Amino acid sequence: MKLELRGITKRFGALVANDHIDLVVEPGEVHALLGENGAGKSTLMNVLYGFYDPDDGQILVDGVPVEFAGPGDAMAAGIGMVHQHFMLVPVFTVAENVVLGYEPVKGGGLIDLAEARRRVKEISDRFGFDVDPDALVEDLPVGAQQRVEIIKALSRDAKVLILDEPTAVLTPQETDELIAIMRQLKAAGTSIVFITHKLREVRAVADRITVIRRGKVVGAARPDSSETELASLMVGRSVSLGVERAPAQPGAVALQVRGLSVLDEAGVLQVDDVSFDVARGEIVAIAGVQGNGQTELTEVILGLEPAVAGSVVLDGTELIGRSVKDVLLAGVGYVPEDRSADGVVADFSVAENLVLDLFDQAPFARGISLDLAAIQENAERRAVEFDVRTQSVSDAVSTLSGGNQQKVVLAREMSRPLRLFIASQPTRGVDVGSIEFVHKRVVQERDSGTPVIIVSTELDEVLALADRIVVMYRGRIVGTVPGGTDRDVLGLMMAGVPQAEAEAQAATHHTVLGEADIEASEEESK
Amino acid sequence: MSAVAAPASRPGSFAGAKPLAPISYKAPIGYAAVAALATLLFGILPESGRRTTFSVSTRDDFFQIESFTVPSKATALLLCLAALALSAWTFQAARTRRKVGIWLPAVYAVLLIFALLTWAVAGKDQALPLTSLLQGSLFLAVPLVFGALAGLLSERSGIINIAIEGQLLAGAFLAAVVATITQSAYLGLIAAPIAGALVSALLVAFAIRYVVDQIIVGVVLNVLVVGITSYLFSTVLADNAATLNSPPRLPRIDIPVLSQIPVVGPVLFKQTALVYLMYVVVIVLQVMVFKSRWGLRLRAVGEHPKAADTVGIKVNRTRVWNTILGGAVAGLGGAFFTVANGLAFGKEMTGGKGYIALAAMILGRWSPKGALAAALLFGFADNLQVVLGIIGTPIPSQIMLMTPYVVTIFAVAGLVGRVRAPAAEGVAYVK
Amino acid sequence: MSQATPAPEQPAGSTAPAPRRDDGIEARAQGALREMLTSSWLVTVCALVLAMVISGVLIAAADADVQDAAAYFFARPADFFSAAWDAVWGAYVALFQGAIIDPTASTFTRAVRPLTETMTTSVPLILAGLGLGIGFRAGMFNIGAQGQIILGAIFAGYIGFAFDLPPVLHLLLAVIGAAVGGGLWAGIAGFLKARTGANEVIVTIMLNNIAIYLVGYLLSTKAFQREGSNNPISPPVGGNAEYPLLLGSGFRLHLGFLLAIAAAVFVWWLMSRSTLGFQFRAVGSNPSAARTAGINVNRVYLLVMMIAGSLAGLAGSAQILGTEKVLTDGVAASFGFDAITVALLGRSKPLGTFFAGLLFGALRAGGFAMQARTGTPIDIVLVVQSLVVLFIAAPPLVRAVFRLPSAGGRGAAPELSAPVVKEAAA
Repeated sequence: MKLELRGITKRFGALVANDHIDLVVEPGEVHALLGENGAGKSTLMNVLYGFYDPDDGQILVDGVPVEFAGPGDAMAAGIGMVHQHFMLVPVFTVAENVVLGYEPVKGGGLIDLAEARRRVKEISDRFGFDVDPDALVEDLPVGAQQRVEIIKALSRDAKVLILDEPTAVLTPQETDELIAIMRQLKAAGTSIVFITHKLREVRAVADRITVIRRGKVVGAARPDSSETELASLMVGRSVSLGVERAPAQPGAVALQVRGLSVLDEAGVLQVDDVSFDVARGEIVAIAGVQGNGQTELTEVILGLEPAVAGSVVLDGTELIGRSVKDVLLAGVGYVPEDRSADGVVADFSVAENLVLDLFDQAPFARGISLDLAAIQENAERRAVEFDVRTQSVSDAVSTLSGGNQQKVVLAREMSRPLRLFIASQPTRGVDVGSIEFVHKRVVQERDSGTPVIIVSTELDEVLALADRIVVMYRGRIVGTVPGGTDRDVLGLMMAGVPQAEAEAQAATHHTVLGEADIEASEEESK
Repeated sequence: MSAVAAPASRPGSFAGAKPLAPISYKAPIGYAAVAALATLLFGILPESGRRTTFSVSTRDDFFQIESFTVPSKATALLLCLAALALSAWTFQAARTRRKVGIWLPAVYAVLLIFALLTWAVAGKDQALPLTSLLQGSLFLAVPLVFGALAGLLSERSGIINIAIEGQLLAGAFLAAVVATITQSAYLGLIAAPIAGALVSALLVAFAIRYVVDQIIVGVVLNVLVVGITSYLFSTVLADNAATLNSPPRLPRIDIPVLSQIPVVGPVLFKQTALVYLMYVVVIVLQVMVFKSRWGLRLRAVGEHPKAADTVGIKVNRTRVWNTILGGAVAGLGGAFFTVANGLAFGKEMTGGKGYIALAAMILGRWSPKGALAAALLFGFADNLQVVLGIIGTPIPSQIMLMTPYVVTIFAVAGLVGRVRAPAAEGVAYVK
Repeated sequence: MSQATPAPEQPAGSTAPAPRRDDGIEARAQGALREMLTSSWLVTVCALVLAMVISGVLIAAADADVQDAAAYFFARPADFFSAAWDAVWGAYVALFQGAIIDPTASTFTRAVRPLTETMTTSVPLILAGLGLGIGFRAGMFNIGAQGQIILGAIFAGYIGFAFDLPPVLHLLLAVIGAAVGGGLWAGIAGFLKARTGANEVIVTIMLNNIAIYLVGYLLSTKAFQREGSNNPISPPVGGNAEYPLLLGSGFRLHLGFLLAIAAAVFVWWLMSRSTLGFQFRAVGSNPSAARTAGINVNRVYLLVMMIAGSLAGLAGSAQILGTEKVLTDGVAASFGFDAITVALLGRSKPLGTFFAGLLFGALRAGGFAMQARTGTPIDIVLVVQSLVVLFIAAPPLVRAVFRLPSAGGRGAAPELSAPVVKEAAA
């Protein structure tokens, strides 16, 4: 099936998210749509999927113009989509999720569950997915959930499969498996639109690459273009891919985590006897696939969650058992993983968000009264210092872009004298310009002698920032390795393989991304 | 599929010392405290030598069961001790981290209720009519069941329905008027759902079309319905009571054979068409919500509307129709107040039952059979107060009337606190 | 994906168009007009008009003369319309005369008494409405003002009639008692939400019902029931515990009105100038971010409910120490529920709540006069109230009806709008 987009335009109020975009996807090709966060990729795909109405432009399937009133129409036309945030109902089983919307029924409108299971089994067997049709989706790891999404699309006979940032949650090895699936699908004649901002993956799998920036197509590229070329096309200026930083000068150990264990509400162990140290002036990255206890680890340090065992000692003071407020005032800076859920109060002004933790301390409060002038003055200063782009610091923070919201959080958390800085997913959903800024500030904080913990599921980020890397799997520490460790080794460790074994395996087999790393470093050394 | 899944071996781990969640003794302590209090009040403090009589059979049964008389103090003491034993069991279960089945609170409640009854009618000449107590409980539970199911239908689709009260009231009003004009209770029963559905239509119009907070719309709609029905009552109905507001009573239908089984027959099968309809609605919904295509889509929309949208399910349309259906169900429950009792419509005659229905839905954990059980509990407490009021008891009626509300608070705070409501409940879906 | 964030994929560094500086006077005047037409103030007025019109239809429909004229509508339609006009106009004139000023009255005192009645009636509405508003802004949907008013009245009443204390002190203690009673009662819901996550909507509804039976029960006990009476009624509160009258014995207006004004000022300061209010607002719009920033969310839940309950308790004191003077099971009337609409109409802001309370107080006071003079039942006031709030909550509907320019967006007024799924920009 050939898919064509002509002059697609989509506006949200004054903002033009897609500006006359043209795109052709030939049958059986892997077409990569490359663009940074906020470039308009997902909007475009939502238009293609019938989720948004375009304001202008045309979609053609095999040369025939079509109009999609909703995702149902798009599916009927053979377009399937695997969303970045999985569109699965957590409390439903795999089979129920797969058949939702086109359920096989017996008499009386009752669902034919046997048939539903059969559909799951059929596709699952064809591609060698090992998925239990009766498992509850919420109990599945993310990798398996992604496979359920793929089964869902394929069971509806998708001829074009849109994958929206599919590798964001995967280890390099899982990414390899996904790439294998994509090749298998391609061989079977399915076209794939692969949306990403990751240059290496694009080079590894794409037949053709379309780059979009600020809602416009800015060019096409061949898969053998260099990363630097792709990056400058994507961002619109030349960017330095790595973070420039001097080697760490670790001082004395500042933070000691010992035997820390955390249970979730259901009584499941989320952090299992974790111990590690962080020294002054070093960045320790906690790497791992989403949902392996990293989030809980940081939350327990901050005092958001209780620990069932263990201790966290910062500069000789025990943090466990203290309130969040005490921990923050003890000099811990904390950037939460989910910015909109935990980082900012959306309808508070930028100024108010900048004092969310210090509003009751001098100089922002006098007794129980707020000092609005001091809050305003602080906001104006921080906005300049952290390059927060806003019309006015009195505007609601929700009017800011993701990158600028993140800078607000960063500015707030770095405005106290810090003894420890923790940042979870510091650059998730942030544009390249802001990523550079955030990384620079984190390194600056390290260089001023603060111990830093970065939690990231992105290996690129881990490799760019970390002086040491702690890898977590199912709540435990699999191993601690130096910064710059081979990507394949890290990937295997993120899947639970002990360090020694991972190194042995990685030596014999490189993943696609791992190979790209090696090539890149060879090129650099030339 | 994943390449390797060998669990990492961990150097220096404590052998087998898995940390576990601290044991919570809250529930066992609660059980024990209530049972101990009951033992003191019903089994130890009362004067001895009094007797309590229970009657069971009604006249038409296949065979008669004699009324029986028991020594009050000893019986109550025995029942309370059994409840204490159950409390001990919960301590043991908590200590060994076992879960107790749903039977335990049920048996515990029955024991204490019997202890209470034994104590309450001790020394009275009159027997406590168990069968009519249950019969009345079921009857009084009718509007609560319908109301709870109405809430369930809309909340499963993601719309919070606080307007159950208004839907019941509107149903009661229209049922009375239509039944009076047509002189047919059954036509009243058909009209009632229309009124309830109209209230729901307003609810979704504001909640979905104008994205107004659903709790706010619900609360305000209740006021609106009270205002309109009271106004029409004072102006139109009051002056024309004979022609507009004297509905005929829904006749009782005795199901042949079944109705003659002792206890069960009179309780379940000597009821009106509305009650039989209730059985049908509960059973149908229990099956359809969890096993049918309609139910799967309904729940999908309430749990993860965007996921439903991406597979071509019209989210807001689903919400609109199911909430309207729910309104119709509540309207039907409203008919209870007028035609099922043969009573004229009166101002605010639903008296907060819609809110109790909401509580029943939550206590019943958003499932039809749970809602039924919770509604029956409330109906029982309601009827007990009436029955004991007739016999005359040492308990002030206000305290009896208060009980279901207190129980609900305890339940919401203790038992249901952890129960999951539909994830997208109350959240508007706007693309 | 949502109205609140209309920019799902905002490119980095994009800026809104800069304000134009070359506006002519004409353009500026137009801008001012537009500003006025799109203001929420205008929507409020239009919503009120719309609600009165719809209620007018109801008044006309239930009027006997109108029904008679409708029978021969096609023969003489003018009769129908004039009958309808008479019915509606008559009712609303009576309402106005009963609420604001009665020009037909024989003396000046009688002419202005309606206004003072409106002010008197608005006291419990304003006080309870202020409390509910705090809850709404802190994300707590407190339906329990009714019960909190009752508890306030129980406490104030008991202190009022059971003791004999010197002036000032007696009143002061009774008023404090009212605040404590309402605060503790609401505090139950706050405590349970904080400790167990129990939904405050359900708990406060249950507490309302319990309060009604509680006052009924108390009025059957020796401590509360009036000696020699079989009715559920308490002895009258002592004269020293009553709110002093502001305008002498010819009017019922009492000191409680000044208390309501003071409370509104206090709530304004609390919510927009104090550190506590900052926490309340933060928890109200994003509890999880507030918690991450070190705010003790559970403590906020408890405090919000206790403050809201205290204000509702003060509303109870206005009833028992100001107008009713005795405790009965109907002491709260329906003020607790009406206060919800007051807080909603006032958009949970102190000034708005104050005026909304005055408006609904006027409707209520005028409603009694209307019922007495034209026979139109006071229940119509409930219809007006609820319709006003519904329309306020849906400005696009009002704008569409009155053909006003749109203020952008098709959704609800921000304070009354439903939460919408928010998604991180991809």
